[in-house]
Amino acid sequence: MKIRPYGDTFHDGKVQVSFTLPLKADALGVEAAKLLAKKMNLVDPQVVSAEDIHEGFGFFVVYGTMPYEIQTDDIHVQEIESKTLSREEIEGLIHENFDRDLVFVGASTGSDAHTVGIDAIMNMKGFAGHYGLERYSGIKTYNLGSQVDNEDFVRFAKKVNADVLLVSQTVTQKDIHIQNLTDLAELLESMGMRKQVLLICGGARISHELAKELGYDAGFGPKKYAEDVASFAVLELIARKKESEEAK
Amino acid sequence: MNVLNLNQNEIQESRDFAMRIANQVSAWIEKHSTVSVERSILRLFGVDGINEIDVPMVNVMVDDICKHADIRNGASVYLASALSYHQLTLTGFIAKYQRKEISLVNVPLLTQEAAKKILMPYVVDRMRRLKDNRTQRDTFISKYPEPKTQKYVIVATGNIHEDVTQAKAAAKAGADIIAVIRSTGQSLLDFVPYGATTEGFGGTFATQENFKIMRRALDQVSNEEKRYIKLVNYASGLCMPEIAAMAAMERLDVLLNDSMYGIIFRDINMQRTFVDQYFSRLINAYSGIIINTGEDNYLTTSDAVEEAHTVLASQFINEAFALKSLLPRKLMGLGHAFEIDPTIENSFLYEVAQAEMARQIFPESPLKYMPPTKHITGNIFRAFEQNTLFNVATILTNQSIHLLGMMTEAIHTPFLSDRYNAIENAKMVYTTMASLRDEISFKEGGVVEQRAQFVLHRAHELLRDISQIGLFHALEEGVFAGIKRPYDGGKGLTGVIEKSPLYFNPFEDKMREELS
Repeated sequence: MKIRPYGDTFHDGKVQVSFTLPLKADALGVEAAKLLAKKMNLVDPQVVSAEDIHEGFGFFVVYGTMPYEIQTDDIHVQEIESKTLSREEIEGLIHENFDRDLVFVGASTGSDAHTVGIDAIMNMKGFAGHYGLERYSGIKTYNLGSQVDNEDFVRFAKKVNADVLLVSQTVTQKDIHIQNLTDLAELLESMGMRKQVLLICGGARISHELAKELGYDAGFGPKKYAEDVASFAVLELIARKKESEEAK
Repeated sequence: MNVLNLNQNEIQESRDFAMRIANQVSAWIEKHSTVSVERSILRLFGVDGINEIDVPMVNVMVDDICKHADIRNGASVYLASALSYHQLTLTGFIAKYQRKEISLVNVPLLTQEAAKKILMPYVVDRMRRLKDNRTQRDTFISKYPEPKTQKYVIVATGNIHEDVTQAKAAAKAGADIIAVIRSTGQSLLDFVPYGATTEGFGGTFATQENFKIMRRALDQVSNEEKRYIKLVNYASGLCMPEIAAMAAMERLDVLLNDSMYGIIFRDINMQRTFVDQYFSRLINAYSGIIINTGEDNYLTTSDAVEEAHTVLASQFINEAFALKSLLPRKLMGLGHAFEIDPTIENSFLYEVAQAEMARQIFPESPLKYMPPTKHITGNIFRAFEQNTLFNVATILTNQSIHLLGMMTEAIHTPFLSDRYNAIENAKMVYTTMASLRDEISFKEGGVVEQRAQFVLHRAHELLRDISQIGLFHALEEGVFAGIKRPYDGGKGLTGVIEKSPLYFNPFEDKMREELS
């Protein structure tokens, strides 16, 4: 199917953009905003609001028509293929397939001081009505909190024989998270632990595609909850277990 | 006026329990110092600068005493003894020490009395600067009276010069208070970086030079706008009292300064934090700096409906600790937040109940009200609605320090336009609802009243329990935000010092003397 943005009529291509320019919101500023919108290839752009927000800075709201369309059949998205199971289903699978608890170790690593992401997945309470991993029977969790060094994280994971590592990254300014996630993957590799664990990252700016690129098994972005993470992890661990049993 | 029919007995008893809790810990605090308290004493004496490998001189000196002498005696007695032995003035000694021409430790130690006598003139002289700053702030505020509710925004570019541009823009758009968010991770550094900085992550390093640059810029805007623009930084983490000392010297107006935040949210050792918060708050009390406490953070990990009473209990405890540091109530910006899930029916009523309850219980405190962050989804339009609700609750319950929510919360550090739109939103609510509070009374036995009474009741129970088991133990049990912290765990424990009989802190003594 060919699609364009939808305003109020199929294929009308209507979009809204807003931005600040280092210009006064006068006639010149409005014209500059319009020209920039044209450079974005918006057809017939209209500057619907122009306000001075600071000396020499104007804020502009622009509507225009997007002349492009895309063919949805051509889109390839790397999505996590596992389906999302309920907590009860996940617990059932663990008890059927393993005679021990699965060990999940999570942290917000590097200099990142935010625990909101890892807490949403791990805390008993969970987030938005989705219980966290702590509540799952058959899963043993360790939430190390924020600002955990990659070295400490890996050392701890080794000590408790972790099956799954969950890394949360919230601060993404200047791509600090990319460096930190890469460092962790390399550290695990160099310690010969990479293949023994499922390595999963998450955060508001994390996608599965990015995670795969960085050498992770999966990445979870916004609107993903404990059961999404647990479904992926448990199904993957079961698949790996079967593989290694068949290999024997 | 008791608009929520709160049980006055429960309020009084809660205060008593909180004071009992603080008294238990204070008896312990009195016997201890920390490396950062000692470094802040040296900073107050005027030790500044870094050595050839960028280590701050105050760290060099304290490390020197730790390694080659006995830090349990405190830095002051070594400093006094060195001045006396070498027959040098304070500035003369610092200069020679910095050039490594002279030792701080290899001199005969004076008695406590003799040491105090040598240092007192310097203490008096150095404290004059703090007093002058306080007078200057008072002059500004009497010239440009502050609004009842003050709009607080953050800047966080990482580059202090860029921060100045953003801060000026925000102030001119109507912000009354500017906070420069610190670079992520600074709270865990056991030293304060030096000089003007242009790189940081999610914020800008707190350095004395950065404080100075921003203060100068905001003074300029204050005079242009005829409003005194307050400057905020963070006296938290391992260098809590040092930041307070620097802020006092550079006339910051507000410091985030909680008695338990570092323990709970940064895994800083509880012994370290309690000693550090005591001296930093004493400096704030002397300098007229408003503290902001961090109770809002509890609700980022715990549920805002179920755990609301922990916020109130913590406010009582923060109040008690602040009183132990001689901080007057008008400088206690106790924190709370608008963090209830907006999909819950009547959640706005619960928010109003909590905010009005805090207003009723702490009538003199410049309460700091924090915006929604946890239930912000990335849909900027929805976030803008949530912030409007928050702004209404703020004005309806007469909050003092109003930290404006950003529609791009959880997306990026605020753009110029994000801050502008947030300020415009607040201004519209302030204007359109200017007298709303005077027109409203809460229904007797209604949802708001019952909720406030219930939260107070639970806080009262919790404080009673904590006063029985002690705060150290309560923190080990994970009473706040569901996070457990061991007495001997966390960062910074090695920096805790048991005082010897020779120990004294001349600034503490003099500040207490003048304040009481």
